[in-house]
Amino acid sequence: MSIRVDHLYKRFGDFVAVDDVSLEVESGELVAFLGPSGSGKSSILRIIAGLERADSGSVFFAGQAADHLHARARGVGFVFQHYALFRHMTVAQNIAFGLRVQGKSRADQGLRVHELLDLMGLAGLGERYPRQLSGGQRQRVALARALAPQPQVLLLDEPFGAVDARVREELRHWLRRLHDEVHVTSIFVTHDQEEAFSVADKVIVINRGRVEQAASPADILDHPATEFVARFIGDANVYEGKALGGVVPIGRLEIPAAGVTDGTEVSAVLRFYDLKFWKEDQGIARVVRTMTLGDRVKVEAVIDDGPVIYSQFPRRSSLLAGIEPGCRIHIEVTLARLYPKDAGILVSTTPPPA
Amino acid sequence: MDRVSDALNPGTGGRVVRGAVLAYIGLLVLLPLVALLQRGLAGGMDALWQAISAPGARHALTLTLWSAAVMTLINALMGTAAAWVLVRYRFPGRTFLSTLVDLPFAIPTLVTGVMLVLLYGPRGLMGDWLATSGLKIAFAPPGILLALLFVTLPFVVRAVEPVLLEQDPAEEEAARTLGADAFTVFLRVLLPPLLPAILSGSVRSFARALGEFGSIVVVSGNIPYKTLTAPIYLFGEIEAGDPQAAAAVSLVLLLFAVALTYAGRALERWAGVDA
Amino acid sequence: MPERKRLNPGQKLLLALVLAYLGLILALPLAALAVRALESGPGMLLAIFSDPAALEGLKLTLVLAGIALVGNGLVGVAAALVLVRHRFFGRGLLDTLVDLPLAVSPVMTGLAFLLLFGRGGWFEPWLTLAGIKVSFAFPGMVLATLFVTFPFTLREVAYVLLELGNDEEEAAVTLGASPWQTFLLVTLPNLRFGLGYGLVLTLARALGEFGAVLVIGGAISGQTQTATTFIYNALEERQTPAAYGMALILATASVLFLLSLEWIKRRRDKEK
Repeated sequence: MSIRVDHLYKRFGDFVAVDDVSLEVESGELVAFLGPSGSGKSSILRIIAGLERADSGSVFFAGQAADHLHARARGVGFVFQHYALFRHMTVAQNIAFGLRVQGKSRADQGLRVHELLDLMGLAGLGERYPRQLSGGQRQRVALARALAPQPQVLLLDEPFGAVDARVREELRHWLRRLHDEVHVTSIFVTHDQEEAFSVADKVIVINRGRVEQAASPADILDHPATEFVARFIGDANVYEGKALGGVVPIGRLEIPAAGVTDGTEVSAVLRFYDLKFWKEDQGIARVVRTMTLGDRVKVEAVIDDGPVIYSQFPRRSSLLAGIEPGCRIHIEVTLARLYPKDAGILVSTTPPPA
Repeated sequence: MDRVSDALNPGTGGRVVRGAVLAYIGLLVLLPLVALLQRGLAGGMDALWQAISAPGARHALTLTLWSAAVMTLINALMGTAAAWVLVRYRFPGRTFLSTLVDLPFAIPTLVTGVMLVLLYGPRGLMGDWLATSGLKIAFAPPGILLALLFVTLPFVVRAVEPVLLEQDPAEEEAARTLGADAFTVFLRVLLPPLLPAILSGSVRSFARALGEFGSIVVVSGNIPYKTLTAPIYLFGEIEAGDPQAAAAVSLVLLLFAVALTYAGRALERWAGVDA
Repeated sequence: MPERKRLNPGQKLLLALVLAYLGLILALPLAALAVRALESGPGMLLAIFSDPAALEGLKLTLVLAGIALVGNGLVGVAAALVLVRHRFFGRGLLDTLVDLPLAVSPVMTGLAFLLLFGRGGWFEPWLTLAGIKVSFAFPGMVLATLFVTFPFTLREVAYVLLELGNDEEEAAVTLGASPWQTFLLVTLPNLRFGLGYGLVLTLARALGEFGAVLVIGGAISGQTQTATTFIYNALEERQTPAAYGMALILATASVLFLLSLEWIKRRRDKEK
């Protein structure tokens, strides 16, 4: 079932949590709401579920306005960050709850519970109580409970936020595999970009209650629509400067800015991996530090007459040859993204050299 | 939890329940207290002042406030110490003792009075010994104090316990590694977080003591100008058929009750044991 | 939980001080009653069970306690939900109001109901007209008992509700549960320990209430005399065996309440 959200607006007291948000999720899609905490992504999810009422704007399911429907009538499966399992019920009773309140027969409840326990890898745990389960198991029970009434929409609020890193990784695969099997239209909220990119078909980046960009993971990485997205996704250097003769000078570094009117104030976003450093005594910067991070090396340098700049290289890269603290280097910008101050949206990226 | 989500906001059914609850509390709790207030003020300020400043009334009020104050002080100290020992120390009989602390909540106050008379009264267990040593407990102010200490014992202990249970031992250890001696650790690290709880328990004790009737009426002997406390003075006035005078003196106690209840709630919120 | 460590001398001193204090304040008086009961043998209890007035008083007390249990149990849960979950004008005021019965002297409670229903009271003209007797009668004692026991269930339940948050209720709603289903299947089961605790406290307070029922009821033997006012009258008339016997019965009940409270606490901690 497709979801459409139109000009949503919601405030809590003086705080505007959702500020004119419109977005679309196609039937069967798995979509991530990605943003920093407090960005309003959970509020949007809760409005879609009917747990909160928008001050204005509408939510449509399969083209039908759902604003008048109470949360209990929306048929939406919701998975809570801290599981919200019924602590006085067994796992089986938890999963059966949605069917029980619908008045489904015991036999039907039992069949569906069995099916879900198997699907979720929880077989044999039906008689346990939530307090007897691990975090990962609890989250799977929460997922099973939400899926039991066969909702047409599944909403997950920071579903993996409360478990440790290894289990989180596992649950991500779970969610992806599960979605590929049951194909229910799903939205999950996360502040973890790796999570969003590795699981979702489409990522919607949200900041300060507004949608910054809605696109495929690849598109968001390659074409960040706004300065916020460019800063938020991936590791990047961000500089403020003024275009002058086709470049933005930052100290002695000249960031290519072909086609940008002279005098335009811009934010320049340079991803770590869109930079090349090599050793050159007549270079424009000096290396301060190198840090080995697993299979990559992060290099910190200071641009002459300018600020610090970072880059990252594979550990065995030839570019690293001779790079050590104190040496001078040249810098090549293979890709820069420029965002004029007054517009905030992308105007120019330097195409990678052919 | 300051906000309740929109989906859980009370619907019509919830509002009907709220109306019924408000009506129940209004009729059962508020209305009688308003009647008390109205009757207390009915004779005008002069009559009110006269009733309160009648020598018997004044003495009873003073005695009540004093004994409650002394009790509260002892309770604050010993209640905190008891909570400390029950939470921090392991010793045989700890569970039994912890259970026993709640006894005053479970036992009728009149029975408390009876027990105290059986212990300290002239024909009580310690009667002979008290008589020869010349000490007077029953039918004297110490009896009042002991009765008050009994009935209010759980307040400070139960207020302080949860805070102690939540206290992180690391804070204490951190202070010690920084070179603080035991007394400084107690004063600067352990005590401050307990203070709101100690105060809220003390306020509750004090309020309870001002109204205590059942235990004192048996143990104090009710000697006017000696051991007659305010609630018993009130009782006497009611028995004597003068509810007007009783209502006036009640106003003083009611004022205390309202102020102390309000303060108790505020302190509980501060202590973080809000409910 | 600290492990079992040897206490240092300072700690031993504090422990001894606390033990002595609790012994003096709590245990000694209780022991006095026990000793007295053992001394007199079954005589004390016989004095009660062969005395129709005492049995009437006991029965009346049980009836009053039963009414308080049901009335304030139901209203207490509802009022806790309203106080914790609803937002409305006057909520802060209500929060203080519901605690007032704990701080108001029982004598004042009795007096307040007298001023409403007694001679010269607000409602006296109507009551006489309708031929209903409230003061010095059963209805007045019911009201006084309800008043003094009102806060117990409410506070215990409110405390649990606050701890609980409303995650589980939100989950129930998204799964399609109606408000009533949410309450019965999710909220109420989570309240059971708090509710049980509050109900035991209500029962204990109702059984032990003295001042308020004495003032509004008048302790008329065979009519408005409760277990506690029976003790009071017996003491006044120097019928000490009867007084001590009844005190022993009530004290025994208190010990049972105490044990139930402890049992509830343990059950609750086990499920945490």
